[in-house]
Amino acid sequence: MALVEIDKLNISFDGRAAVSDLSLSIEKGESFGIIGESGSGKSLTALAIAGLLPDNAKVSGSIRFEGAPLPGDERAMARLRGRHFGMVFQEPMTALNPLMKIGEQIGEAAELSQSGADIASLIAEVGLLPDHAGRFPHQLSGGQRQRAMIAMALASAPDLLIADEPTSALDTITQALVLDLIAEICARRGMTLLFISHDMRAVAALCTRIGVMRTGQLVETGETQAVLRAPKAEYTRKLVAASRMERRATDRLHGDPLLEVEQVSREYGQGGFWPWGRTTLRAVDKVSLTIAQGECVALVGPSGCGKTTLARMIVGLDNVSAGQMRLDGQAYRGRDLPPLLRAGLSLVFQDPFSSFDPGMTIGQSLAEPLHLLGNLSSAERATRLHDAIMSVGLDPAMLDRYPHEFSGGQRQRLAIARAMVTRPRLVVLDEPVSALDVSVRGEVLNLLARLQAEHGLTFLIISHDLDMVAAMADRVLVMEAGRIVEEGKPADLFAHPQHALTKALMAAQLPDITETSW
Amino acid sequence: MNWQRLLRHPSLVIGLGAATAFALLGLISLVWTPYPIEQIVVARRFLGPDPAHWLGTDHLGRDMLSLVMSGTLTSFLVAFSALVIGVGIGVPMGLAAAAWGGAVEWLVLRISDVTFAFPSVVIAILIATLAGPGELNAILAIGIFNIPVFARVARGGALAVATQDYVAAGRLAGLGNAAIAARHLLPNIASLIIVQATIQLSLGILAEAGLSYIGLGTQAPATSLGLMLRDSQSLFLIHPWLGIVPGLTIVLIVIALNIAGDGLRDALDPRLRREGLNHGAG
Repeated sequence: MALVEIDKLNISFDGRAAVSDLSLSIEKGESFGIIGESGSGKSLTALAIAGLLPDNAKVSGSIRFEGAPLPGDERAMARLRGRHFGMVFQEPMTALNPLMKIGEQIGEAAELSQSGADIASLIAEVGLLPDHAGRFPHQLSGGQRQRAMIAMALASAPDLLIADEPTSALDTITQALVLDLIAEICARRGMTLLFISHDMRAVAALCTRIGVMRTGQLVETGETQAVLRAPKAEYTRKLVAASRMERRATDRLHGDPLLEVEQVSREYGQGGFWPWGRTTLRAVDKVSLTIAQGECVALVGPSGCGKTTLARMIVGLDNVSAGQMRLDGQAYRGRDLPPLLRAGLSLVFQDPFSSFDPGMTIGQSLAEPLHLLGNLSSAERATRLHDAIMSVGLDPAMLDRYPHEFSGGQRQRLAIARAMVTRPRLVVLDEPVSALDVSVRGEVLNLLARLQAEHGLTFLIISHDLDMVAAMADRVLVMEAGRIVEEGKPADLFAHPQHALTKALMAAQLPDITETSW
Repeated sequence: MNWQRLLRHPSLVIGLGAATAFALLGLISLVWTPYPIEQIVVARRFLGPDPAHWLGTDHLGRDMLSLVMSGTLTSFLVAFSALVIGVGIGVPMGLAAAAWGGAVEWLVLRISDVTFAFPSVVIAILIATLAGPGELNAILAIGIFNIPVFARVARGGALAVATQDYVAAGRLAGLGNAAIAARHLLPNIASLIIVQATIQLSLGILAEAGLSYIGLGTQAPATSLGLMLRDSQSLFLIHPWLGIVPGLTIVLIVIALNIAGDGLRDALDPRLRREGLNHGAG
């Protein structure tokens, strides 16, 4: 008998269908993965199984757990949830109570389910140290918080563990560790896993069976290898193709140095009103690098290594504490970048949703950097905007519309158009595709490669995604704790990593989706 | 702003409707009242409600309805002018604090701390001692009290907006602090300011009534709701009606404005705006 059986599940909000006609069954002890992009209804499906849908959702169809339909009564549902379901959410910082110690939160979960679980052994099981129990969530790192969440979910000794994007807020190395932990615990306890993710590699590494969801419908289900090796549905084929990165960079001739960063440091004062008793945090520590005209350089490193701080100083959003930078031979220290030089470089932000002012039309936002070029005639302005939006493959009629009318992929194209409007020479890309759905990542990367070839651009890419870096970059710099620790061509560097961090990053790479052996 | 969406919030429609009705009643008194309010007819004093005087007459034989209409106008006028002072000075201060930071922010916060330390009554007593009581002084006292409120609301909202990437994009485009505040920060905190303004308007009406009641606000022969309460104070046990009418009017106006403020917050607040699908879609 299947543990969870869903029959013709429909969920809608205000008449708009979010999940339609979904039927699937999850066997006892298996690990089932749901793959889907944002808005595909995969999280709603999980919430429906746990009976946690928002009140304004209209639900039809049936969900059976261990053969019995889910109770309609909220109290009975809560009891069932407490005893049999464990849930792990995407963002452990908001899922944990900031005012309770980790040990107390795990204890509360154990007490509510009356499972009699031992807190100390749970903490050891998820790989935390005994003294972590006495700490508050903000005193733990992201990976440790996610481990604490998993311990809470295990406290009730659940039959079904629902993990909703448990690793997408973590960096690559931590992600691999947490995924291993989940796999190990499920195997040891014989627990059933429902794993929800947009990351095909994570799902492939962890699950024996998968379902692919798109716009509320289940387009394909089957054994992981069967689905990923020989996808039947058109959409799955597209997803699998998009998750493979081909090398886009060609060997180019590089010109003279465009950007030189010389011994740059950035320190932040921490704590204390009084000047004494303050400690300084050195986010960037005497970094020197040179980028040649027409080159594509990638800066990789775990979160908190100082790569974004360095990028902010290069584009002139922050000042250096020591050292200096030169763009085209002209020295600057950050915010003192003169307007005409500022027009020569631009930045594309990570999150396409916050990079446009919701109250301004796309045209107004795109025209903003044109200030830097002094007084342009309105005809010149119009041509610039027209050229910029055409160059990213969008329609000039979109200039009069507002940001909320566009999808994530379109917004990122528009953000690239804004970066192109002053016709810069150096473009800094801060995680340009990591906030986008898998199927549009490839298009955006192709666009970037084409723009680079057409306009002779120089790119500095900040990322933790080694696949993307390998596909795009001519040269890779690895950064750790504010210093650049290794440098080389992507092919050489990834084949023969020297530094411990580079090796760790390589080891944390999840295997390619069709290479996993089961 | 989509009007149909605003109309889906019943509290907003009711509150705004009632507040507008009172404001209109006050405005009508500019051109027409049933009886002139200065008209003293001692022979007709203490009349209860009757067809000639809907709300009766007071101890000087003045028509109560005319007094309420005129008093409402005074209350709205004082509260609204004080609001203009508060928004006009407080919002730029708060935006400056968020956009410049550092010493400017410190200065703005300390100024608002000091202003917060003196309630409007203390400021009003100070001004009345220096310049004599009157409507203008009530406006100044309440207005000064409003400044730090708006400075704090504007700074808080602007700090949240300032972390967004589009503000960084504006800085990359070479915009200075003033341009960032005007182009990006102000439009995105407008809804917060509007909601706070509704609340401060109702507080202003209460404050005006209070100041007039203790004799620091409006002076006879002009009238305000607080002044009517003051006049009825000595007669309250014999003729309670004279106190109930202005008192009830104040209560109704303040409730209407508070309901409207709640409704506006529901309608404008982006955290509550994401209804339905966005809760769980992923």
